[in-house]
Amino acid sequence: MHQPQVVPHQSLYFPYQVYPAFLPSPAILNRSPVVIVGAGPIGLTLALELARYGVRSIVLAAQQQVCEGSRAIVFTRRSMEIFQQVGVSGAVTEQGLPWRFGNSYYRGQRVFRMEAPVDPHDRFAPMTNLQQQYLEQHLVEAAQVQPLIEVRWGNKVIDIEQGVDGAVLQVDTPGDTYSLEAGWVVAADGARSGLRSLLGLKLEGASYEGRFVIADIRIKLDLPTERLAFFDPAWNPGNTVLMHREPGDIWRIDYQLPVDETPEQALHPDSLRERIDAQLAMLGVENPVWELDWSSVYSARALTLAQYINDRVIFAGDAAHLLPIFGVRGANTGFQDCHDLGWKLALHIKGLAGAGLLASYSDERVKAAREIIEEAGKSTRFMAPPSRGYRLLRDAVLSLSLTREFVRPLYHWRTSRAHDYADSRLNAVDDDNLLFTDGPRNGAPLLNVRLADQHYLFDELEPAFHLICFTDAAVLDADVNTQVQALRRQGVPIQVIAIAMNGVSQVEHADLTLADPDGLFSTRYGVQHPGAAYLARPDQHVCARWLQLDGERLRHGLNQALGHNGSNQP
Amino acid sequence: MSQSMNVADLERVYDRLAEAIDRTGNDSELFLVKLALLAAQALNDAERFDALVECAVQDL
Repeated sequence: MHQPQVVPHQSLYFPYQVYPAFLPSPAILNRSPVVIVGAGPIGLTLALELARYGVRSIVLAAQQQVCEGSRAIVFTRRSMEIFQQVGVSGAVTEQGLPWRFGNSYYRGQRVFRMEAPVDPHDRFAPMTNLQQQYLEQHLVEAAQVQPLIEVRWGNKVIDIEQGVDGAVLQVDTPGDTYSLEAGWVVAADGARSGLRSLLGLKLEGASYEGRFVIADIRIKLDLPTERLAFFDPAWNPGNTVLMHREPGDIWRIDYQLPVDETPEQALHPDSLRERIDAQLAMLGVENPVWELDWSSVYSARALTLAQYINDRVIFAGDAAHLLPIFGVRGANTGFQDCHDLGWKLALHIKGLAGAGLLASYSDERVKAAREIIEEAGKSTRFMAPPSRGYRLLRDAVLSLSLTREFVRPLYHWRTSRAHDYADSRLNAVDDDNLLFTDGPRNGAPLLNVRLADQHYLFDELEPAFHLICFTDAAVLDADVNTQVQALRRQGVPIQVIAIAMNGVSQVEHADLTLADPDGLFSTRYGVQHPGAAYLARPDQHVCARWLQLDGERLRHGLNQALGHNGSNQP
Repeated sequence: MSQSMNVADLERVYDRLAEAIDRTGNDSELFLVKLALLAAQALNDAERFDALVECAVQDL
């Protein structure tokens, strides 16, 4: 019998709530088009994504409360844009701490300052710090009011049998075990994924030796919300220490451990106190008064499955890949998985997709993970050098950085960013992508545009393909409109946004007309003449762009983006 | 390759390196890595640096 902890986790700041366990009875629903295993941020975000497209899911939560400890605390702008689509960005913005600067220190000197670029057209800050429990809480609340999502607390998958058109899960609960049939199973069950083990799948890649203690303490520190990194501090010679501010006077301190120390030794209260006091003393805090909220031990790994789709089981988030935390790549990569997968799985289930659409999830996201691993490896080798050679080079750079500008960029931690699917099979092959001299290219996410105070392009994006037409006519091109109507009759969700050039105020047959009086939108998208258009996938990534759109080109572009790979039949 | 360093200059480099290694004692390895990075920056040619690395690892 599965017995989750029913005592609320301890926390200095977060009011844990234990949800009642879901117990099977003869009356329960025992089949769902999608069963999501794992109710962490990735599982819940995916459930909310699917619901946007009208797809029902059951989410199995092994525990009966949200995660213990703050875990992922830094969310990138791209993650915030994804949260906006699933309806939780307002709550995260309200509670979170926005920031954009990172500082690296060596021998008391700031040797590098990272400045994340800020664009007035972006709604969200480059980074927002918020404890993961709060994010999960907002996602749970959003899921609870969504009739297409059923969260089953205290339900743990203990076995799976895959068939041709679905899978059967054996689910253990604090009561009886029951069978649950799923058209598709999404494994969002985290770093120690039970489904990954049940299916005997192995992650590929590297594990790094360097271990870090992650500790959250409550203390009032008069420091801005910026990332702090200390290399080779006097109290922890040769090792690295990181600090982040979290809401509510909580500070995350990560410090690297000497090689021969065990996690048990490291997490001993005396050891924690001594080291945290030493770190605070280095910041000039005398006789610090602080309380420990949560601590854990972490070691950097850069691993991924080779395929994210295994028959009827689809992997996402940490279940699919384990990425080093340096560069905030863990959860932030997982949200991009969800955003890529949600619409593809939904359109596949609705029978609107070609054979290539769902497969493109695995292609795009495995490739993304491999690129991130490549980048993250560089950060990890600098933060925690894995060999004598890497340590010598890192130490040489530390030393040179005190006086030599040219080595300082090596401190950059290569922050997680929106992925660019430049070579996706969903991108149009016969469009005008290469003829544009500016604007987001095929595969890149759309650029946000500030339309008015607190009003941005992304606020308007619906769960649909986005056809952005630049026009100076008062009515949408008839040929294009005919195609749009035909696609809609087939069930393809498509939102037509007209960018009105040259003083036109309303474009008939567009779902939305946005005036572009000073040409700002057109400039941002590299459009000089009316008739140009962008087609973006429902996850906001551009998949075709044309200097002159017509109905036939639109049909071709959408066929490609729906995974039909050149065939003309949606 | 550019023209060779004359013997007098090479002798000077020889002495400088030897003295600096002696002076830096236990930190001489770190010193040499720093020096290699500074020299690479001055060289400003990553491919040539690769070739120099390949040359230096021979016949140790």
